[in-house]
Amino acid sequence: MTDSSEHSHADERPSVTDPETVARHAEYWRRNIRLLGMLLVVWFVVSYLCGIIFAEALNAFTLPFTNFPLGFWFAQQGAIYAFVILIFVYVKLMNDLDREFDVDEGASS
Amino acid sequence: MNVQTWTFLLVAASFALYIGIAVWSRASSTKEFYVAGGGVSPLANGMATAADWMSAASFISMAGLISFMGYDGSVYLMGWTGGYVLLALLLAPYLRKYGAFTVPDFVGDRYYSQLARIVAVVCAIFVSFTYVAGQMRGVGIVFGRFLEVDVNVGVGIGMAIVFFYAVLGGMKGITYTQVAQYCVLIFAFLVPAIFLSLMITGTPIPQFGLGGVEQASGMPLLERLNGLHRELGFGPYTSGTKSTLDVFFITAALMVGTAGLPHVIIRFYTVPRVRDARISVGWALLFISLLYTTAPAVAVFARTNLINSVQDVPYSEVPEWFTKWEDTGLLAFNDANGDGRIQYVGPESSMTNELTVDRDIMVLANPEIANLPAWVIGLVAAGGLAAALSTAAGLLLVISSAVSHDLLKRSFMPEINEKQELLAARAAAGVAVIVAGYFGMNPPGFVAQVVAFAFGLAASSFFPAIILGIFSKRTTREGAILGMVSGITFTAAYIVYFNFVNPEANNAANWWFGISPEGIGTVGMLLNFAVTIVVSRMTPEPPAQVQVLVDLIRVPRGAGEAHELSI
Repeated sequence: MTDSSEHSHADERPSVTDPETVARHAEYWRRNIRLLGMLLVVWFVVSYLCGIIFAEALNAFTLPFTNFPLGFWFAQQGAIYAFVILIFVYVKLMNDLDREFDVDEGASS
Repeated sequence: MNVQTWTFLLVAASFALYIGIAVWSRASSTKEFYVAGGGVSPLANGMATAADWMSAASFISMAGLISFMGYDGSVYLMGWTGGYVLLALLLAPYLRKYGAFTVPDFVGDRYYSQLARIVAVVCAIFVSFTYVAGQMRGVGIVFGRFLEVDVNVGVGIGMAIVFFYAVLGGMKGITYTQVAQYCVLIFAFLVPAIFLSLMITGTPIPQFGLGGVEQASGMPLLERLNGLHRELGFGPYTSGTKSTLDVFFITAALMVGTAGLPHVIIRFYTVPRVRDARISVGWALLFISLLYTTAPAVAVFARTNLINSVQDVPYSEVPEWFTKWEDTGLLAFNDANGDGRIQYVGPESSMTNELTVDRDIMVLANPEIANLPAWVIGLVAAGGLAAALSTAAGLLLVISSAVSHDLLKRSFMPEINEKQELLAARAAAGVAVIVAGYFGMNPPGFVAQVVAFAFGLAASSFFPAIILGIFSKRTTREGAILGMVSGITFTAAYIVYFNFVNPEANNAANWWFGISPEGIGTVGMLLNFAVTIVVSRMTPEPPAQVQVLVDLIRVPRGAGEAHELSI
C-alpha cells in the first residue's frame, strides 16, 4: 500500500496506545452500537412490521383525520417520514456523543 | 405556444444550464475529479445525492409501477428510501472518516488484498453498467415521445451532454450539475402533482390529497379507487397480491442494495467532515422523500384519471393523448368484442380486457390525461431528462474511477503520475459514455429488469463486506473475498436462471420459499454474511495495522480531506 506524502495524515491520528484513550474509544463505540441498535429497531418496526407484516391487519383502521387505511399509509407514506426523522435524530444524538467522548471534529477542520 | 415548442424551450434551457455549470466547474486534479476536492457543503451534497439517486426509474417509471401495483408498489417506496437509514447509520460516516476515493479503495485496503480490490472493482463496474443502460433508455423515451426525434438521435444528444460535463468536470462538475438537476426534476414532478391534487381532491398538497376526499364523488379517494377496482375486476388497490414474505425480501434487497450502490456511497466522500457526511445523508433523504411521498399520490391520481377517461369510452371519441401514445406502441387497444368501446378490466372480470398500457408512460402521459397546460407537459420532459442524465453521470464516474484509480493507479500501473491518472479517468469516462449510449440505442430487451437486479447484486456483494469491515475487526481477507464472490454468484445465478435460462418457470410455485428474483438479493446478502463470518473465524486474524485502521475509522476526529491512507 503506497501513499503519496501530500496525502499523509499520520500526524492527525490519535494515539491508540494510550490506555485512557483506548478505554474511552471502546466505551464510545459501545454507546454508538447501542444507539444504532435502538434506531434500527424503530426502522424495522415502521417499515417491516407496520408496513409489511401487520399491514393488512392495520388496514382495518384509518389514520386519524384522514381516509388512509393505516397499514397502507405506513407502507407508502409513514415509513418514509419516519426514516427522515430517524436520520436527523441520529445526527443530533451522534454529534452529542462525539462531544461527550471528546472525539468530535470541532467547529472547523 | 404548443406542447412541442414548450418542451424544446424547457429542455434546451435546462441543457444550457448544465453546460454552463460544467464549464464553470472544470476539474483540474484527480481529487477534484474523483471527490470534487472534498469540499462540498452537506446541503449541496444532499441535493446532488438526491439527483444522483433518483434516476429515470424513480422519475418516469416508479409512480406508474405503483399505479398498477397498488400496495405491492410499496416495496419501491420503502426499499429505495429505507436504505438511506442504513447508509447514514452504518456506512457513510465511517467511509468518510476512512477518506478513500472509491469503494474498491476501501475494500482493497481494509482487506489488505489486491484480489479483494479487483473483486470489488468488477462488482462496481458490473452494477454500474447494468444501471446506466437503463438511464439511456429513459433519455431515448423522453426524446422520442416529446420532441418526436428518433430515439437514437435522442440518446446521441443525451450522450453528448453527459460526455461534456462528466468528462470535463468529473465529480466536481457532476456535483454542481446535479444540484441544478435536482431542482429541475423536483419542480417538474411536483407541479403536475399539485395540479392533479387540486383537480381531484381540492387540496394543493398531494400527500394530503391521497388521504382526502374525491370531489367528484364525495367519497374518500382511496375507497373510491378500491370501488372502481372491484367493479372492473382488479384486486383492491390498498391490499397487495404478492406474498408477505416476498414483499419483505424485495424491500430488504432494495434497501440494502441502495446502501451498497457505489455511485451513492462515493457521494459521501465529497464532504469535508464526518459530521457533514451524517447530516448530508439526512438532507439527501429529505430531498428524496419529497418525490417519494408524492409518487404514491400521483399513482392514485393517475389510476383514477385513467379509468375515468378511458373505461367504456367509444374508441372514436378518445382524447388526443390516447392516439399519440398509441403511435409509440406503449398503449394498445384491441376491440375484442367489436362494440367500438374500450373495455379496461382486470383479471377477475367476466369481460375481456381490451387495453394494454405500458407502465412507463403513466407519469409522462399524466399531465395530458388531466389536460394540464402545455408548459407543464414540457416541464415533465425536462424533469425526466434531468433525472436520467444526473444518474447516468454519477454512474459513469464510478466506472471511470474504477478503471483509472483502482485498476491502473492502485493495481497495475502505480507509477503513473496525477496528470496521467486524470487523463486515464477522462478517457475511461468517455469510453463508458459511448458504451452506455450503445446500450441505450440497442437496449437488450431485459434492461428494465436488469436495473432492478443491480440492487440485488449490490446488496449481495458490497454491503456485507463494508459493514463487517467496519463493525468486525476479526473479518479477514479470505472471509470477505469468499463472501462477496459467493453472494454475488448465488444472486446472479438465481436471477439469470429465472429470467434468461428458464423464464417459463419464473413464478411463485418454482421460487425458493416463494422468493422472487427481485428479492433474492436479500438471501444472497445473508449468504455473504454467513460465509464471511465463518471463513473469517477459520483464517488468521487481520494484521495489526489493519486493526488499527478499523479503530481509526470508528472515531470521527482526525478526518481530513479525502485521501489515500497508508496502512
